[in-house]
Amino acid sequence: MGRFVVRRLLQMILVLFAVSVLTFLIFNVIPNSDPAVRMSGRQASESTIQAIRKEWGFNDPLWQQYLTTMKKVITGDLKSEFTQLPVGEEIKKGLPRTLSLAVGAALLWMFVAVCFGLYSAVKAGRFADRFLTIIALVGISMPVFWIGALMNYYLGFKLGWFPNGGYVEFTEDPIDWFYHLILPWTALAILFIGFYSRVLRSNVLDTINEDYVRTARAKGLGERQILIRHVLRNSMIPIITLWGLDFGAVLGGGAILTETVFDLQGVGQYAAEAIGQLDVPPVLAVTMFSAFFIVLLNAIVDILYAYLDPRIRLQ
Amino acid sequence: MATEPLADTTALQGPAGWDEEAARERVHGLGPWRLGLRRLRRNKVAIAFGILFVLLVLSCLAAPLWAKHVAHTTPEENHLSDTIVVDGKKTNVVGLDGVPIGPQYLKVDGEFFLGADPNGRDIMVRLLYGGRNSLMIGVAAALMTTILSVILGVIAGYFRGWSDTAIRSVLDILWSFPVVILGVALGVALALGGLQLGPITVAGDSLAVPIFIIGLVYIPYMARPVRGQVLSLREKEFVEAARAQGAGPLRIMFSEIVPNLASTVLVFFTLLIANAVLLEAALSFLGAGVRPPNPSWGTMIDDGVERIATAPHLTIVPGLMLVLTVLSLNVFGDGVRDALDPRAKVRLEH
Repeated sequence: MGRFVVRRLLQMILVLFAVSVLTFLIFNVIPNSDPAVRMSGRQASESTIQAIRKEWGFNDPLWQQYLTTMKKVITGDLKSEFTQLPVGEEIKKGLPRTLSLAVGAALLWMFVAVCFGLYSAVKAGRFADRFLTIIALVGISMPVFWIGALMNYYLGFKLGWFPNGGYVEFTEDPIDWFYHLILPWTALAILFIGFYSRVLRSNVLDTINEDYVRTARAKGLGERQILIRHVLRNSMIPIITLWGLDFGAVLGGGAILTETVFDLQGVGQYAAEAIGQLDVPPVLAVTMFSAFFIVLLNAIVDILYAYLDPRIRLQ
Repeated sequence: MATEPLADTTALQGPAGWDEEAARERVHGLGPWRLGLRRLRRNKVAIAFGILFVLLVLSCLAAPLWAKHVAHTTPEENHLSDTIVVDGKKTNVVGLDGVPIGPQYLKVDGEFFLGADPNGRDIMVRLLYGGRNSLMIGVAAALMTTILSVILGVIAGYFRGWSDTAIRSVLDILWSFPVVILGVALGVALALGGLQLGPITVAGDSLAVPIFIIGLVYIPYMARPVRGQVLSLREKEFVEAARAQGAGPLRIMFSEIVPNLASTVLVFFTLLIANAVLLEAALSFLGAGVRPPNPSWGTMIDDGVERIATAPHLTIVPGLMLVLTVLSLNVFGDGVRDALDPRAKVRLEH
């Protein structure tokens, strides 16, 4: 186990390095234009461009440019060229909001998807199954920002059942915090519910024919107990992996669209606003940050798995 | 020998039995494609959505006809200070408070069929032209992903060894970025100045930029399963037979392995178009995709959301078109997958 953990962590460090190099290449090397001009925003004077070129060392060799960029990212020296605010601070400010969105939505989509998927598998081929399949397909076919905007307009603005966007700190008023997040959680969860319930349905259908399920039935267990203790538990494994990764992606700014539509001011919306200004440093930081997050969560999930299932350690 | 009991086969001697026999033979004689087609034809829902998609594509292709003969305008033409006659009353296309008129349907002979936007542009015309851009980007990006994924997947799966390791590591790194974030990063980086790929130069505001971005972002999601399939195909007897006949790696890859990937590729291609259209909308919504004044469903929703309180039709209409398109592709792609290989686990993960 110890050897597996060490190997997995070394691999993680290697991937982190590669991810940072790729991010650097995307922003500073691949585009066909002067990085200093792009970095300095839409209307920049010649002197600003010169200052940025010097600050980022765009005349140095590439490996030195990479080191300069990474130093800025790691030490938190990065600042927006548009608002002049430090990027690290802004991300830190947005993180609790993004975390609130991600945790609630992840719990919601997992719970609903398990209910839908299990019910669908039990009723496989019948009307309820087909109906849920269509609903799931509609769910994965809707752009989250569109359904979010419509929910915000009809349920928030017109009917007044929910607040019209915005965020309240949990420490300030937990009930209001919850109330403000109901719509964003739902909007974000819809896509994942559609996707997860379909995966779970096919997993359950695969498991239901296993020998141990037949054994459980033969020894006289009730249908409900078989479904929950034997079938569901074994069908959940691949979904839990996905869950970990998707949670990481949402936390790392993957909820950029939901945050923007509901004006949650999280990490994603911070990036979205920077995109509107073509403000490079915040986008660079959020990109790197989100990939780091996913790589980290990936490693944690793998190690947890190896702990739970010894066969994996030997691969 | 003649006295052998015929009891078992006598049931098949009658005319009904013959039919059964003939039917079994017909199924046996069919290739996998014909069988798949037959199974697909039985799936009425998938067929209906497939037809819906074709209709949507055709109506978007007919955009110039509608613009010229019905709406008498172009997607970029402003009618900010124009008036139209609705129910015998003169009405401003864009009210003095800046609120554009809603859907008129056929009241003005099809002009402003779905209303106007705040610049007085005809929504229906923009919707059709925008659909052309969205669909074109979707199809072109899906094509790019498919071709590159097959090439990478086949090379990695066939040669294994260091080329496999190299390709897989690059894909793993791309995989580490959330799709939208990677798309946005590339969009921001390429927005000014565009891209230089060898002899090809792409301007920053051209439609080729979102195509390139979306086509690139989805490669890991398709190349991985393709590689897995190639890994198992290369051990099959027919590949061994080809090798025994003296076929080189190129010939084995292209005439033995790639044709066997066809059903996977077809299913992926359909689902990729759906996802590419969705991602285009997301990137355009964030301002990192299609650049104005080019219409696309994503930019139209982006314009609409700002004014959802006064003119919700600006958001609803392009969104509905988008959902219908993506849904029809998803349902049809699902049907194709079930028909070609019911046991296949091919699906596009986000």
